[in-house]
Amino acid sequence: MKPIMELENVSKAYGNIIALNQVNLKVQEGEIFSFLGPNGSGKTTLLRIMAGIEKPTSGEVRFNGAKVDESNINDVRLKTTMVFQKTALFSTSVFKNIAYGLRLRGYSKKETADKIREVLRTVKLEGYEKRPAKKLSGGEQQRVALARALALDTEVLLLDEPTANIDPKNVSIIENVLSWVNKEKKTTIVVATHNVFQAETLAKRAALLLEGKIVKVGATQEIFALPSKLLASYARLENVFSGASKVTGEGTSLVDVGDGVQIEVAFEQSGNTTVFVPPEDIILSANPIVSSARNSFEGRIVEISDLGTIVRLRVNAGKDFTVQITKRSCNDMQLNIDSKIFLAFKASSVQTV
Amino acid sequence: MHLTLGNEIIDGLLKALQLIFSGDPTVFEICVRSILVSSSATMLSVLWGLPVAAILGLKRFPGRFLLKGFFNAMLGIPTVALGLVLYLFFSHSGPVGFLHLLYSPTAMIIGQAVLITPITVSFITNAIESVDPEIKELAKTLGASETEASIAVLKESMGSVSLAVTASFNRAIAELGVVLMVGGNIAGFTSVLTTTIALETNKGEIALAIALAIILLLIVTIVSIVVNLIQRRKT
Repeated sequence: MKPIMELENVSKAYGNIIALNQVNLKVQEGEIFSFLGPNGSGKTTLLRIMAGIEKPTSGEVRFNGAKVDESNINDVRLKTTMVFQKTALFSTSVFKNIAYGLRLRGYSKKETADKIREVLRTVKLEGYEKRPAKKLSGGEQQRVALARALALDTEVLLLDEPTANIDPKNVSIIENVLSWVNKEKKTTIVVATHNVFQAETLAKRAALLLEGKIVKVGATQEIFALPSKLLASYARLENVFSGASKVTGEGTSLVDVGDGVQIEVAFEQSGNTTVFVPPEDIILSANPIVSSARNSFEGRIVEISDLGTIVRLRVNAGKDFTVQITKRSCNDMQLNIDSKIFLAFKASSVQTV
Repeated sequence: MHLTLGNEIIDGLLKALQLIFSGDPTVFEICVRSILVSSSATMLSVLWGLPVAAILGLKRFPGRFLLKGFFNAMLGIPTVALGLVLYLFFSHSGPVGFLHLLYSPTAMIIGQAVLITPITVSFITNAIESVDPEIKELAKTLGASETEASIAVLKESMGSVSLAVTASFNRAIAELGVVLMVGGNIAGFTSVLTTTIALETNKGEIALAIALAIILLLIVTIVSIVVNLIQRRKT
């Protein structure tokens, strides 16, 4: 394998703010590579530089061995494409959205129509050609954006948090498509994510990014082999808790994560343990929850972030939990800051980090 | 007195409807001239206003803020004042007097175009600026060059641009000061809806004035509705 994209001492500053600091990286042809890091760590800036829509303040980017500069930037843009975290769509039909890049590449009308049919089938949106793109659901919009990128058959596909704000069904469609495209079309994929599990599922290699610097590059397992506390603090994941774990004797363990919060997990482990509770696995209710879920807490909402169709809540129940619900549920439950709320999750949902 | 005036209005209204529906040649001619003059003026203002708006909306350069401020300030320019300036400009002793354009439809077209340019430029600039900044980057990631990406932004703003153009046309066809000063309301040559309404009212020919006023309102309303409908179908 040869490197398709190389970054050498790449730095990027916006005024006094240093977004990237001396980044050195080689992305190999045909691999799925993942950037892992918290919000604000420089993942997006790095992708934008690789996509040729942002210039580094210093350093060099090479594409297929050639230095990227003004003379070849348009060629590089034709060979790479990027899917943004916040879905960007033209205010027109799904067909015209996907046709845009094909037209720039000189596709005939028939080739364009055939290609669009093919990629819509890939992302499971057959027959959506005439629909106004902006009227689709958040997950469908992101799939249109992905289809539009796939249609171009670029050598490199860059994705910024492609599944951050969408529901689990759409997440699995997108993840499957990415694996398929990489395997069948040999497309090099670079995906930025703050979801360590996504990085683990998709990518063979990953880079851990913190405050604009690459802390570690290597096989995804190597990244995961970092001491769990270090990884958790690096990645600053939501819903990551550490504490002393005690085996209960019922096939579960109880992790005391402090502030009066004990989390029951579906494995037997004693000693210091770091666990992760996926936000989408937490059930919310305005009334006390009667269910088989072993973890049940009462808390108050401290933050509400509207992400389009999904709403992300931060609930303080001794510890801060991040919970993801649909906007509709949020409206139905009339949730506000300081609302009293009950949350529950199964012991089997809890994962070790 | 009130009764007489009331009767006069009703009488005028009836006669006006008769003039409209009988296809009166004078009414028809004035309407056609109004539409031609104002649509030509609108096209002219878009021709020179669109590039200016595109630069103001897409590029960042020193003095941009001042230039935008200038066009915004010019939105409220009194039409008679502008008419006077243009009259002096076109008059025999003026800088382009040798072209003998004063009291011609050409002078009216140029006059209206100048009058509505601030509307065209300001509204189109706002339309371009309101496009999501990610659209330009999106176009680039799909393979567009800098110019192609700018065109994508312009296309994205087309909905609001068409509304800006409609507003410009409506302002042009409804204004009186400029066309009166540089057109002079010469029957059969430069008389348009607004100038004829003013003149006929002064002459006491209330029926023709009412008929033309109704038509003027209809034109403005129909143009706005049609543009809105096209807009809705597109989105």
